[in-house]
Amino acid sequence: MLHIKEVSKLFNPGTIDEKVALLKADLQLKQGDFVTIIGSNGAGKSTLMNIISGVLKPDIGVVEIDGNDVSSLPEHKRSQWIGRVFQDPMAGTAPRMTIEENLAVAYKRGQSRGFSFGVTKKTKMIFREELSRLGIGLENRMNAKVGLLSGGERQALSLLMATFTRPQILLLDEHTAALDPARAELVTDLTEKIVKDLNLTTLMVTHNMEQAIRLGNRLIMMDKGQIILQVNEDRKSELTVERLLGEFEQISGKKMADDRVVLG
Amino acid sequence: MLTSLLGAVESGLLYALMALGVYITYRVLDFPDLTVDGSFTTGAAIATVLTLNGTPPVLSLICSFIGGALAGLMTGLLHTKGKINGLLSGIIMMIALYSINLRIMGKPNVSLRGEANLFDGANVLLVGLIIAVGVKLLLDLFFKTNVGLSLRATGDNKRMIQSFGANTDRTTIIGVSLSNALVATSGGLIAFSTNQTNNNMGVGMIVIGLASVIIGEAIFGKSSIFRTTLAVVLGAIAYRLIYALALRVPGMDAQDMKLITAIIIVGALVIPTIRSAIQDKSVSRKRAAEVIEKVASKGGVS
Ligand SMILES: Nc1ncnc2c1ncn2[C@@H]1O[C@H](COP(=O)(O)OP(=O)(O)OP(=O)(O)O)[C@@H](O)[C@H]1O
Ligand SMILES: [Mg+2]
Repeated sequence: MLHIKEVSKLFNPGTIDEKVALLKADLQLKQGDFVTIIGSNGAGKSTLMNIISGVLKPDIGVVEIDGNDVSSLPEHKRSQWIGRVFQDPMAGTAPRMTIEENLAVAYKRGQSRGFSFGVTKKTKMIFREELSRLGIGLENRMNAKVGLLSGGERQALSLLMATFTRPQILLLDEHTAALDPARAELVTDLTEKIVKDLNLTTLMVTHNMEQAIRLGNRLIMMDKGQIILQVNEDRKSELTVERLLGEFEQISGKKMADDRVVLG
Repeated sequence: MLTSLLGAVESGLLYALMALGVYITYRVLDFPDLTVDGSFTTGAAIATVLTLNGTPPVLSLICSFIGGALAGLMTGLLHTKGKINGLLSGIIMMIALYSINLRIMGKPNVSLRGEANLFDGANVLLVGLIIAVGVKLLLDLFFKTNVGLSLRATGDNKRMIQSFGANTDRTTIIGVSLSNALVATSGGLIAFSTNQTNNNMGVGMIVIGLASVIIGEAIFGKSSIFRTTLAVVLGAIAYRLIYALALRVPGMDAQDMKLITAIIIVGALVIPTIRSAIQDKSVSRKRAAEVIEKVASKGGVS
């Protein structure tokens, strides 16, 4: 359903600052696949996410969703199929708007936005029900400005906003990295639950090896813009952190260099 | 004295639409739009010339609204499609409008004396109040619609609203157009109330708009949209009152007004900062005293 075909992306091409962020990256996902992505700093993980969502355009290569080439569509057009949660808890919500207003904005994903009211009795009920699924009491604070929420609450809200219109693809770029361990755990659990409930095709970048192994049915490892290892469903269950690090050293000929890596 | 203060409230209400326009760009969209200096005069020029040519004043004023919206549309296009820096887009339009306004008027000064007037037989204070409050309430409603919400989100977190599929170029253009439409309408109202338009009447208008927004928010608060738009309307009146009072200070006259405006803005910007600094200090001092007392009662620092 999602096919990234031999995509390459360079930054500052032809200058001394030239960076190969992606090099013939090829990845094919079936409906419902949950892929975790690991790799050293600057491996191209975020670039891959940006290529899929349309923030960046490939220099060479094509992105297909459901067999349609979407490479030339801008982000706001692609967003009807793609939900995203960013690393920065500030990035996914509008701080000066209330929880219900943020949800109203998310609720209109992929639809035209007209002059009807965003928050009505009917949508409020939907928002309340969805918020209560998070289990952190946000349903009682729907009129609070989002800027007042903690990072973890914001990230949980972002996750809900990214998913509640049932996008076909969910992109998570280290969405728990800025949270303390307890809140990260909470958001991770929510992620697992939502992805399973909605059967979303998901790509998740993480620096937590244990998490990368535990979550999802597939795993890919990236280095220097290339996908250097793909672990599929059948092999994933046998994976351990040691084996994973061993594989990395064997393939890339160096130790995993990642300032944020968490072994589990 | 009383009549001059009443006059200040009156013109404050007419300038309130301009202040609301500036609020939309400066606060909601986070887009510093300088088109205002030009579009204010555009609105006045359109209202005056159309009325002189026999158009009913109300219709002329509606045309001012449309003219302002077109000016804002141009600024919005320059910025979003032309990728020109926001500040620069506004400056370019401001300068372009200077010539366009002269074209509309045909000469630098046009008088409405003896012609039909919007305020014929009406109480300016009452009409001004109805228009200002009406526009304020409509704006509050607009900001709750789906378009309004995405416009606010564009100013609050552009990246987020893009990831939800809103076209931020479009929301920016809508916001800047609406803003300048209100500014131009305000210009039209001022033309009717002063019975004339001159090509320089918009000069410095953006600063007066900012002053109204900042004073309003500082005095009346900004906890919700409803509250803030009310604060902006009251801010526009407050500015006119301060202006009228300053003129009464011996030795001050009209040529000092730009300086006084600058001082008012600095005051409105600095006073809240000082106030919260003092408050913080008193809170931490009180808390420190509590801690000291607690430690003392336990008998020494452990
Ligand atoms: N906008 C940009 N301009 C120039 N170079 C960039 C830009 N974005 C990314 N790069 C470079 O492209 C390479 C890949 O970056 P990317 O952000 O995809 O890495 P990543 O795998 O997400 O790393 P991290 O784990 O640190 O988040 C890096 O070398 C980076 O410096
Ligand atoms: Mg990254």
